[in-house]
Amino acid sequence: MKKLLLAASAAALLAGSWLAPAHAEYLKEHRGGTIRLLARSAAGTLDPHINYTDQGWQMYQPIYDGLVAFRKAEGVEGFSVVPDLAEALPTVSNDGKTFTFKLRKGIKFSNGQDLGVKDVVASFQRIFKVSGPTSGTFYAGIVGADKCLADTKSCTLEGGVVADEAAGTITLNLTKPDAEILYKLALPHAVILPADTPAEDMGSKPIPSTGPYMISAFDPNKGMTVSRNPNFKQWSEEAQPDGYPDVVQYDFGLSEEAAVTAIQNGEADWMFDALPSDRLGELGSKSMDQLHISPLSAWWYAPLNTRMAPFDNEKARQAVAYAVDRNTLVKLFGGKVLASPVCQVLPPDFPGHEDYCPFTKNPGAKWSAPDVDKAKQLVEESGTKGQKVTIIVEDTAISRSIGVYLQSVLTNIGYVADVKPISSNLQFTYIQNTNNKVQMSVTQWYKDYPAASDFLNILFSCASYREGSDASINISGFCDKDIDAQMQKALDLGVTDQKAADKLWAAIDKQVTDKAPAVGLFTPKRLDFVSKRIGNFKFNPQFNWIITQSWVQ
Amino acid sequence: MSSQVAAMPRKTRGPWAVAFAKLATDRAAMASLAVFLIIVLACFSAPLYAKWASTDPFASTLDAVIQIDGADVPVMEQSTEGLGLGYTPIGPTWRLGNYFLGADSQGRDVMARLLYGGLNSLLIAGAATIFTLIVGTLAGLIAGYFGGITDTVLSRLLDVLWAFPIYLLAISLSIVTIAQGIAIGPIEIQSGSLWLPIIIIGIVYIPYVARPIRGQVLALRYSEFVLAAINLGVPGWRILLRDILPNITTTLIVFVPLMMALNMLTESALSFLSIGVQPPAASWGTIIQDGQALLYTRPLVALVPGLAIAVSVMALNVFGDGLRDALDPRSKVRLGRD
Repeated sequence: MKKLLLAASAAALLAGSWLAPAHAEYLKEHRGGTIRLLARSAAGTLDPHINYTDQGWQMYQPIYDGLVAFRKAEGVEGFSVVPDLAEALPTVSNDGKTFTFKLRKGIKFSNGQDLGVKDVVASFQRIFKVSGPTSGTFYAGIVGADKCLADTKSCTLEGGVVADEAAGTITLNLTKPDAEILYKLALPHAVILPADTPAEDMGSKPIPSTGPYMISAFDPNKGMTVSRNPNFKQWSEEAQPDGYPDVVQYDFGLSEEAAVTAIQNGEADWMFDALPSDRLGELGSKSMDQLHISPLSAWWYAPLNTRMAPFDNEKARQAVAYAVDRNTLVKLFGGKVLASPVCQVLPPDFPGHEDYCPFTKNPGAKWSAPDVDKAKQLVEESGTKGQKVTIIVEDTAISRSIGVYLQSVLTNIGYVADVKPISSNLQFTYIQNTNNKVQMSVTQWYKDYPAASDFLNILFSCASYREGSDASINISGFCDKDIDAQMQKALDLGVTDQKAADKLWAAIDKQVTDKAPAVGLFTPKRLDFVSKRIGNFKFNPQFNWIITQSWVQ
Repeated sequence: MSSQVAAMPRKTRGPWAVAFAKLATDRAAMASLAVFLIIVLACFSAPLYAKWASTDPFASTLDAVIQIDGADVPVMEQSTEGLGLGYTPIGPTWRLGNYFLGADSQGRDVMARLLYGGLNSLLIAGAATIFTLIVGTLAGLIAGYFGGITDTVLSRLLDVLWAFPIYLLAISLSIVTIAQGIAIGPIEIQSGSLWLPIIIIGIVYIPYVARPIRGQVLALRYSEFVLAAINLGVPGWRILLRDILPNITTTLIVFVPLMMALNMLTESALSFLSIGVQPPAASWGTIIQDGQALLYTRPLVALVPGLAIAVSVMALNVFGDGLRDALDPRSKVRLGRD
């Protein structure tokens, strides 16, 4: 593990030095101006320890910093972790359970306060004090986390996060080795905030930051203004490069149709929301140069409740997987340019992914066509023919379309199906709660960080299933003790041999796919539509478009 | 000759005949009735149209190919220019039985869905109107005739219902029942059933009928013929049925088209918000919702059902006004809060 981290640091330094001159040169030429962004609504709370949205996480990138960060780069490079507020990647000891970071000196928060080790300790405590949404999962392995989870108010993480003021070091102690801890520390939920930040959801109040930008104004109904942090001095171009625009103005409230028109007219530079489907043809032909298509590590899928009829029967689940025409779904999503058909859980080009598709006309590596005859035969064999199935979908055009299509598929193979659209604000929690007895639904999962466990362990482990809870992310209720044991083994193996672990994850992916607790539908791509004046568009696979690395003048 | 005619006994027409004669001379009302009846007939022919057009208006047909002037045309056309992004449903062919109004985003025949949607909208609005009139009339009769504590309790219940904004109440009830349906004792209505919007819309408009009816019954309760019947020992239920109900019939008849119009609007609004008729079934509200995502490329998908709602509601309102003038020109029945 230690060797691996040293090699990563060396590679990071090399990459950084190679990038540096070009960035510095461009910075002089293009620095300044205002980037204008649009979204239908705000991303919720401003608090980075709480906000758990793509929109929020993307915006935090030039604002907040953790001890480590995902490299602000395009392609696979963007998945690598580099030191940020820490001088270097941590030294690892105690059989992979202790991580020691040395904090950089001379960094100030946007309010003028110096960054110190006490801020780091307080920030880790705050993750638990504000009941951060991932405090019980991503950070539960820190020594003392169990006490913090039981009593959030008096959280000290004693023995878990230890600061040495004189040496300027922070030592993170884990209860057991965790191969993914650096990824977790690079997420916005682990950014470092001033020690005196109140231990409560800050809502609409901006919290001082260390990055090149700070939030200078925010109204959840109108917009957010992000301006330069006067105390910022670049310390690592790969972790936190200085940005081009002076101001990022994010306005809320415009519909997707209106946002497209605003960008076409040069009144805005980018929109967060997906482009309206009826504008795709026009934009794809007339505004090609302003469109950027980027792969996403995401999965659109239809969870099948393995604890309720008819999908408590494996053959019934497999029947649905055979019957669904992925090409039709891709068509509904906008065509092959914007999505690819899938059968399995792990997205393409993701750690542990090996092409696999058993539920197709010619089973093998890739999906080719639905096998409706096989599906009908399986429904007959399962003895579930004629049973009623309700599909719960989000009340959005695309989700509703998919629901209606799946309803016709289920009807075709012998079920009595209907589809219920539920408000997008409610649907995701509704389908998780077992009290709602959801048989089938349509939803999406976007990776938190680039590890196979973020899909397989989170979505299909026994521990992710919680009876009667709105936070039971194992929506299928799938629990296979043997597969669970293999997942634990893969997690442990990742600490010493990530390649071998990924091989094991690939095998687990196949086993889960075979059991069909969910039907893989397609892998979406991100389509960004920018104004003509946007230059240097860079797409980071972890947090999407790197906003402040683009210029407007 | 003239003196002989004057001497003949004059045949007087009954109040109903007078009213219908008056209605028949109201050109606007009769034209509106004709328009509405044409819409009703067209909507009730939906299954026949779908069979004739060999189309299933409820199934996704994204890969369908139709023939136009001997050429094969895909129902969903992929953009062939530039990046080739997105699919656009076929536009109106203006050929009856062959995607006359084009297709929606699922490749379904919009004309067939429009007729089925109208059928559902009319059925829901009609059934909800009957429900509201029965329950509202019963509540108004009982409260107005028996008075006292009965009146107080019923009137306060109606006041509570009246206090909620109609759409807010309808939306709230729909959201609560949309996923699981309703189960009260032996009565069970499954989610997705058309009975859910019927009952919800029926309930929210009860005060609109019950309050004016109660007022009329209250006035009739102390009229001489009712007091005479009471003094003669005629049972209360008989007085209600034989003496009071016939006297409020004209009001109830006037309510029918006006309530239908209101109910159609409410049903469309609920379905547009995905809490009325559930997919893949259609109503004019759900078709507008489907068409919302196609406003830029295929605006007719949303515009035609919108137009159908507007024409139907206007026809019902104009006919309702004519009916009111014909049956009871002094009536103050108006639908609304004042």
